[in-house]
Amino acid sequence: MIIAEPKPIDEIIDSLKDFNRILVAGCDGCVTVCEAGGMKEVEVVASALRIYFKQAGRAVTVDEISLTRQCDRPYTAQLADKIDQYDAVLSLACGVGVQFLAEDYKNKPIFPGVNTCFMGGTEEKGLWTERCQGCGKCILANTGGICPIARCSKRMLNGPCGGSSDGRCEVNKDIACGWHLIYERLKELGQLDRFETPTDPKDWNTSRDGGPRKVIKEVSRL
Amino acid sequence: MRLSYPTNVKIVKLPCSGRVDVVHLLKAFEDGADGVYVAGCLEGDCHYQVGNLRAKKRVAYVKDILDKIGIGGERVAMYNLSAGQGPRFAEIAREMSEKIKQLGPTPLRKSGGSAKGVKLTPGTTKEEAA
Amino acid sequence: MSTTPLYSKLQKILAAGHFGVTSECGPPRSCDPKGVEEKARMIGDYVDAINVTDNQTAVVRQCSLASCIRIKQMGYDPVLQMVTRDRNRIALQSDLLGAGSFGINNILCLTGDHQSFGDHPNAANVFDLDSTQLVQTVKKMRDEGKLLSGFELKECPQMFIGAAENPFADPFEIRVSRLAKKVAAGAQFIQTQCIYNIPKFKQWMQGVVDRGLDEKVYIMAGMTPMKGVGMAKYMKNRVPGMDVPDDLIKRLSGVPKEKQAEEGIKICIEQIQELKEVKGVKGFHIMAIEWEEKVPEIVQQAGLYPRPKVD
Repeated sequence: MIIAEPKPIDEIIDSLKDFNRILVAGCDGCVTVCEAGGMKEVEVVASALRIYFKQAGRAVTVDEISLTRQCDRPYTAQLADKIDQYDAVLSLACGVGVQFLAEDYKNKPIFPGVNTCFMGGTEEKGLWTERCQGCGKCILANTGGICPIARCSKRMLNGPCGGSSDGRCEVNKDIACGWHLIYERLKELGQLDRFETPTDPKDWNTSRDGGPRKVIKEVSRL
Repeated sequence: MRLSYPTNVKIVKLPCSGRVDVVHLLKAFEDGADGVYVAGCLEGDCHYQVGNLRAKKRVAYVKDILDKIGIGGERVAMYNLSAGQGPRFAEIAREMSEKIKQLGPTPLRKSGGSAKGVKLTPGTTKEEAA
Repeated sequence: MSTTPLYSKLQKILAAGHFGVTSECGPPRSCDPKGVEEKARMIGDYVDAINVTDNQTAVVRQCSLASCIRIKQMGYDPVLQMVTRDRNRIALQSDLLGAGSFGINNILCLTGDHQSFGDHPNAANVFDLDSTQLVQTVKKMRDEGKLLSGFELKECPQMFIGAAENPFADPFEIRVSRLAKKVAAGAQFIQTQCIYNIPKFKQWMQGVVDRGLDEKVYIMAGMTPMKGVGMAKYMKNRVPGMDVPDDLIKRLSGVPKEKQAEEGIKICIEQIQELKEVKGVKGFHIMAIEWEEKVPEIVQQAGLYPRPKVD
């Protein structure tokens, strides 16, 4: 899923302080699972905003809603009959959702309520870690199912570097050395011979280096 | 044991302090509470293992928010005591009431602000929700 | 060892069966032209080639290529260090063409320390290639006369290709395989991480010899003299991938503070003498960090002076 974290409330207040009718819009997708922007977080942010405006002597409306997904037009369209009642929307969806709302409601300012971080999974309750950088050409088949692009700090394809120590990365002891993990896994799979063959330079054209990307599945198109 | 404690303390009973969520504490302030405290079991004595530790983290989280929205984090607190500590319960109630009295009424009351809001669902209009 | 042409003085010395000796100089953090010149003059006659670091520890310094040109023009043989952290394959190949145009003919291919260690921790990194892929790239340019794109070069860089290896990093078991991989990619010489743990280095070297890799690549042992017990502790605790045994710290602590530098040099010389006897060790890379003036003394006392003459 896409992992995000809530923006500090003071930063949110700073972007919304001049508005009088605000809609806080959550998303029931990824950001609900990573506890950054689902209905629960909408309630917290909206309540905090109302308290802020009240103590500031303001009569501001802060309503709450959460959409099934903000990255899908049938769901963003559900705001069509409501949006005119607001002069700003705080979206707690990932950066995709914020942009979809901005594209769909062109005359409405849409503010981000979360910082979108990465594609990852739930390691344990309250802890999410990165797994994929969306390079567009998956190499996991060759690396024991562990991605060196997402998990090596230097995205080396012929790692580990000389800074790996006790299975930890030179950048920070909290980071597992991705290549150490790959080594352990290949050993487990009896595929250590893969370590001896150099991996050629990667074609990054399918990564963000090729410019904004699109995926077309012809059979699914109307 | 008939112990007295300040009448301005409104008690909300829950099976475990772990049931208290961030939004509950915020709602109390939004509705005009001058202060809120959570009374949980002693640390290490939670019937559900970590309920009171969860409450402690949520109280800290709310403290940070209150500091940033003009209310002040000192208006929320976490206390730990056992069910057998009746006198301590009364003492905490007095202590917290005293502290809040010193801080004065919530800034919401004198500000004249009237921020409000409703929860909508995608299928209903604002009028229906209200 | 290798049947390829001999590109550089360092390669010729190694090919003739002599111990090779290299040292490094870190360019200054300014436009000062003298910094590199002075260091090069200090060590030039005591080594076969001078490495010039490329923004080492991710701190901005005068560029390696400019300093290499300066050293080349002084009549010494530079080793162009190149990290893949800051430049993509376009910039790296461009610099290689530039280096080739000045007759620079040694390169050390590195991935580079992560920028979070340096003076610009908020910089974006590149890592388009890694060190092994840079070795492949240089080899392709030299041997096939082609850029990675396939574009044919009229004049190719004539490089003796080197890479680094850290025998002390984890997992230890793959350190020999990783060397084999770099050799397969085209590395002809290896300059190792600073060696302090001699038994562990010997263990790694045994693995290298067992695989016959010492017949395919010149291993140059990395040596850095300790200036004192403070530096030893810093290297042990703060520098990633460094293995400093407690014995060494104990030995340095055992002498008065003002004698520790001298002791550090003594240890370095003893270790070179010991490593000369280790099968597969073909030379020494003496990295006297901001202490270049000690290089002549170390080279002389380690019995590595005068340096052999080759055409």
